[in-house]
Amino acid sequence: MPIWKDEKKKNRRDYVEVTPSRAEDLWLRCQSCGELVFRKKLAQNSYICPHCGAYFFLSAEERIASLVDEGSAADVTAPLVANDPLGFVDRKPYPDRVKEAQRETGLLDAVKVVEARIEGHPVVLAVMDFRFIGGSMGSVVGEELCLAMERAIELGVPFVLVAASGGARVQEGVLSLMQMPKTVLVRGKLARAGIPYIAVFTYPTTGGVLASIASLADITLAERGTKIGFAGPRVIEQTTKEKLPPDFQTEDFALARGMVDRVVRREELRSELGKILSLLDGGRYGG
Amino acid sequence: MVDEGTLKALEDKVAELKRLIQQDGLELSEELSLLERKLEELRREYFAKLSDWDRVKLARHERRPTGIELVEKVFDDFYELRGDRLLGDDQALRGGLAKLGGKPVVVLFHQKGRTLEEQRRYRFGMAGPAGYRKAARLMGIADRLRLPLISLVDTPGAYPGVEAESHNIAGTIARSIETMLSVRAPTVAVIVGEGGSGGAVAIACADRVLMLEYAIYSVISPEGAAAILWKDQKATPKAAEALGLSAPKLRALGVIDEVLPEPLGGAHTDPDATADTIREALMRHLDELFSLPLDELLALRYKRYRDVGSYREIETGSFLQDL
Ligand SMILES: [Zn+2]
Repeated sequence: MPIWKDEKKKNRRDYVEVTPSRAEDLWLRCQSCGELVFRKKLAQNSYICPHCGAYFFLSAEERIASLVDEGSAADVTAPLVANDPLGFVDRKPYPDRVKEAQRETGLLDAVKVVEARIEGHPVVLAVMDFRFIGGSMGSVVGEELCLAMERAIELGVPFVLVAASGGARVQEGVLSLMQMPKTVLVRGKLARAGIPYIAVFTYPTTGGVLASIASLADITLAERGTKIGFAGPRVIEQTTKEKLPPDFQTEDFALARGMVDRVVRREELRSELGKILSLLDGGRYGG
Repeated sequence: MVDEGTLKALEDKVAELKRLIQQDGLELSEELSLLERKLEELRREYFAKLSDWDRVKLARHERRPTGIELVEKVFDDFYELRGDRLLGDDQALRGGLAKLGGKPVVVLFHQKGRTLEEQRRYRFGMAGPAGYRKAARLMGIADRLRLPLISLVDTPGAYPGVEAESHNIAGTIARSIETMLSVRAPTVAVIVGEGGSGGAVAIACADRVLMLEYAIYSVISPEGAAAILWKDQKATPKAAEALGLSAPKLRALGVIDEVLPEPLGGAHTDPDATADTIREALMRHLDELFSLPLDELLALRYKRYRDVGSYREIETGSFLQDL
């Protein structure tokens, strides 16, 4: 469950583990130090273990609560659910997978969109939820992100995306792949409207989401402990037989190679976004 | 049952006979026509019940015409442009200027190799950041000079590796998509072999997307899907079936606009005829697109990609009850 512990520990990726918690669990066990932590206390502490500093995996709802001004969020997620365009069955039928994920998360799909304020600044905030089929982008996620950007244009407020995705949703085939140009297209409209777009890479930001909408922000932050990369380490090792450096696809790897502007600790994310939003506020050329 | 091994063995025999007749002047035409009839028969049998996994193998066939072979047959005066002006020149994704039916175009294509040496040089058609940056550069030429952009897609996917990740392969693909969508001239993509995931879509966001009959286009390789979803490599043919990666299935989904027929036996049995089909289709689609004013062209492109997807709207109340 903890995705990040302390910066001194070398093989952080070794204990990156995402076991989503259930909403009804009152106590959660920190898989880093083994202590039981009262959930409410954890929530007050941005889901950082009070005993050892490990980061717990966040649901979209918890993430939103950790970022926005209290009571300011209005859920504007469109009531859309995935179809099963291919009649896809692997070890179970795709509609069953979707139902299960809906039951587990209380979400319709892997993204939640709110109108909210961050340190007083109004934004449209889209947060992906990794518990929902790995935060994968299928038709619904693509449409929700486009609607969110269009809403930001309409309201004239910045768009903030908190990415958490394993990539394109395999079960919708090429239609998932098509969400890449789709979201990139509407991002272009956002740009032409002069609306700021801030992306936050959380655990993990990978594959087709990184290779489209997530990579095209004006300003990009990476949460400490995240994983950022296009191809999975398994694919890379199999295809190229390369030995991967120990910091491969970590946030520091991305920062050193110019892929993100800053690495931010979870507890500072809200104030960091507030700072950026206030820097972008008002006084622009041409009104 | 006919499998691709039987077919290949017979194809080899026919080729060998033809060589003997041509080079050594041997009188074997009777044997040749007998073998050719047999081959035709077997092909009909094989192609009559082609599985999607068979199509994957055809799309990856070692003799399938590669990018440059098709470009030289489809276009005139291909003039290669090289380099991304930053990292180098990635030969897995090539491009340049050419003429099509006498008119100038910008061409982009993935390049696979045949010999081991070529495969190494072209990295099996898997382009890295330099390749996709070069693609965006050439898209820029098409945009500024208002030249139609044509791409021939044939890649297992973008190159996965430490260097590619270090140079932001994902961001480069995103930029390539962004640039292609904003070209102020008609764009046509043809999936000619493998349309592998992000590495394919990066140069395939066109006004018209065409596909050769036995090409494939997929969000993930069947092998990858089998490993991730079935946790079983033996499920690969099943995964190929489930992914909906064939040209007819993608046409039915509306993701592509036209399936271009291949010769019986596949493109490799008659590369010239395959190239003729591609050229004819490109000219037909470009003619249509050229008749549109720019604002309409861009509006249609916007609508095409804005509307893509399959979902339904529900009453939120009923959703909560269902749970
Ligand atoms: Zn702990």
